[in-house]
Amino acid sequence: MARAQHSGRAYRGFFRLLEAVGVKDARSRWESKSPLLQRALPPLVIGVVVILLALPFRTPDPAAMVFLAIVYALYVMPRKWRKWALPATVLTLAIAYPLLIQQLNYQRFLFEVPIFGSFPTIDTMAVMAIFAMMAVGLNIVVGYAGLLDLGYVAFYALGAYTAGWLASPHASQFTINGKPIDVNIGGIGVTPGLGGFHVSIWIVLLAAAIVTALGGILIGLPTLRLRGDYLAIVTLGFGEIVAEVARNGDKETLGFNLTGGPPGINPIDPPGFGQWLQNHLGLPANYLEKAGLYLNFVSLIYWSALVLLLITIFCSLRMRDSRLGRAWIAIREDEVAAAAMGIPLMRTKTWAYASGAFFGGIAGAWFGSFKQGVFPDDFYFTISIFILCMVILGGMGNVWGVVAGAGFLTYLNQEGLANISAWFNDKVLSCDPNSADPAKVISGGCVNAPLVATGIYGLIIVLVMLFRPEGLIPERRRQLEFETGVHDEPLMDVRHAP
Amino acid sequence: MATDPLLEAIELRKEFGGLVAVDDIDFTIPLGSIVSLIGPNGAGKTTFFNMLTGVYKPTAGRVVFDGEDIGGKPPHAATQRGIGRTFQNIRLFEQMTATENVLVGMHCRLKARIIPSIFGFPSVRREEREARERARELLAYCNLGGKDDEYARNLSYGDQRRLEVARALATQPKLLLLDEPTAGMNPQETLEFVDFIFKLREDEQLTILLIEHDMKLVMGVSERVTVLEYGAKIAEGQALEVQSDPRVIEAYLGKAAVS
Repeated sequence: MARAQHSGRAYRGFFRLLEAVGVKDARSRWESKSPLLQRALPPLVIGVVVILLALPFRTPDPAAMVFLAIVYALYVMPRKWRKWALPATVLTLAIAYPLLIQQLNYQRFLFEVPIFGSFPTIDTMAVMAIFAMMAVGLNIVVGYAGLLDLGYVAFYALGAYTAGWLASPHASQFTINGKPIDVNIGGIGVTPGLGGFHVSIWIVLLAAAIVTALGGILIGLPTLRLRGDYLAIVTLGFGEIVAEVARNGDKETLGFNLTGGPPGINPIDPPGFGQWLQNHLGLPANYLEKAGLYLNFVSLIYWSALVLLLITIFCSLRMRDSRLGRAWIAIREDEVAAAAMGIPLMRTKTWAYASGAFFGGIAGAWFGSFKQGVFPDDFYFTISIFILCMVILGGMGNVWGVVAGAGFLTYLNQEGLANISAWFNDKVLSCDPNSADPAKVISGGCVNAPLVATGIYGLIIVLVMLFRPEGLIPERRRQLEFETGVHDEPLMDVRHAP
Repeated sequence: MATDPLLEAIELRKEFGGLVAVDDIDFTIPLGSIVSLIGPNGAGKTTFFNMLTGVYKPTAGRVVFDGEDIGGKPPHAATQRGIGRTFQNIRLFEQMTATENVLVGMHCRLKARIIPSIFGFPSVRREEREARERARELLAYCNLGGKDDEYARNLSYGDQRRLEVARALATQPKLLLLDEPTAGMNPQETLEFVDFIFKLREDEQLTILLIEHDMKLVMGVSERVTVLEYGAKIAEGQALEVQSDPRVIEAYLGKAAVS
């Protein structure tokens, strides 16, 4: 176990205080104790004192106590255990979350987190998992290969619209031999004679991933010859092109209905495994038909998204540690040297683009089937920046950091900001929320933070860049870079060829 | 020196705007030799070098390596065909360990594809294990044993220079191009490096092209020296001949030294 850190002004001050009131050699005696004790005791003492002080005002929540005990146990245990115990705990909690939250809510056991208010709903958790998937995908492009991509939303949109085409009546606008297209390959919950493609969601996910990866290659081929800022600008442009096509791709503009225009494509078939798999393996046939306390549409969506996220993380880590991942990191560090070591720049960068897009496509398709529709307003430029923020906040290059950053920012976006804003209005401003105008940022003495959400994310990024530029959970290489500075080599005209 | 040329540059030329950096140079490197390219600062040595390795596209002329024209091909193509190089100003992947640097060098000799890598096929795992084993051997060969897991940026200057050579060797080159490999080394280190170059040629049957400033080193190791000045070749031949060539002395020491 690592030795406890003996530094910090508070630490020294505490012992100086003890010695001043007459305890002899407090510090040296304390530091001669076993490291485990030194690590375990202070948080325990502080925790007990805080709880005792709070006791007259508030009865302690049993659930909160259990949670604190878990955190404490993880903190105290040796590093080599924690390496496994921490992910195992997080994963268990994540899987059990829908059950826990229903059960605890039902028994009025669930504690409120100070400032943040109640725990996120399962709905929010599902969106968090989907955005985490996208952030992990973008991390391949930005974090591993070091290519700044400001148009990632294009891949998200491509994935979602692929789902829209393959799992809705949308395609029934075309006719073959005078009859509208009506193909059903494992589609779920389809009224017969509806028309259009109805493909099983699991095939749709794969198709969306492949279509998006091809889209990534198409966008990559002309743009990846550029470097740095130029690449960023061109990707930004592509992101906007896709969003504009989504908004305008209706019959009036194109002559056929590509994207459904402003109303989008709606409805998309619900996800599910079909009757056969339900009978033989017990998998839910149609997510929409489940309406139990635990087994309902949203929790099934959440669990599936969690599985998809785990697959994404697994692939991302495996790619990082492979020959290709090494090539990406080499390109990030020094393109010229990488090329001189026999790494084909164009092909390797295109692979990064395609793999990043692949997971963005899966996330988009899943989001589409969660919302049961694809709407062009979901693909604004701000989403690209939002996903990039997740990567930067969490720590570029580190998958766990990126997942954490994505979870946190999506939570803020979905309900966190509203909760914090409500707490602030209640406790600090003491205003009456009923007198406030919901369309104004400040009215009736209240603030309405969600209206300026984008600004707040911007502020968060500025603060992160100022105080912890390597992100919350940095990749060890990146940390090194920020500790000792980067050597900017002059540009040379390395030419790319596939 | 009647052996076939491994690399042949024919009327190679590079212009940057109006500036002629390399002016129609003919140049051959016989198989198995150690050849040096010298010249005062700004003579066009590195530009020439960069054209051989594909970093720059020649304005005119051809580069024939092993019987194939590689002029204008991208750098990785040159590396794949067997040209390994080091850089004048060290360009290691600083945030990667010594082993990882060498593994990147092996990139074009490894075969692992993306899908097998993700699923960890046995073939991929075996290849990776063997590559790491070879990387360790290479590092030990270059006197970097025991520093496998050090980050490249934390290595000493001499070690970084050696790691660059190890990384270049990992590409399994037939021709090794060293761009001022002893720049910044002290005389002791330089001597060790000379021995290392000879050892390399013996053990790996390499052909070596050296760009140098250090005349002592050049005269000590190379069988053939080519002198550039203002992008043009002003002398070529054996070390001793070149050393006494008045034009070379003029280029290095000025006109007064000749008379």
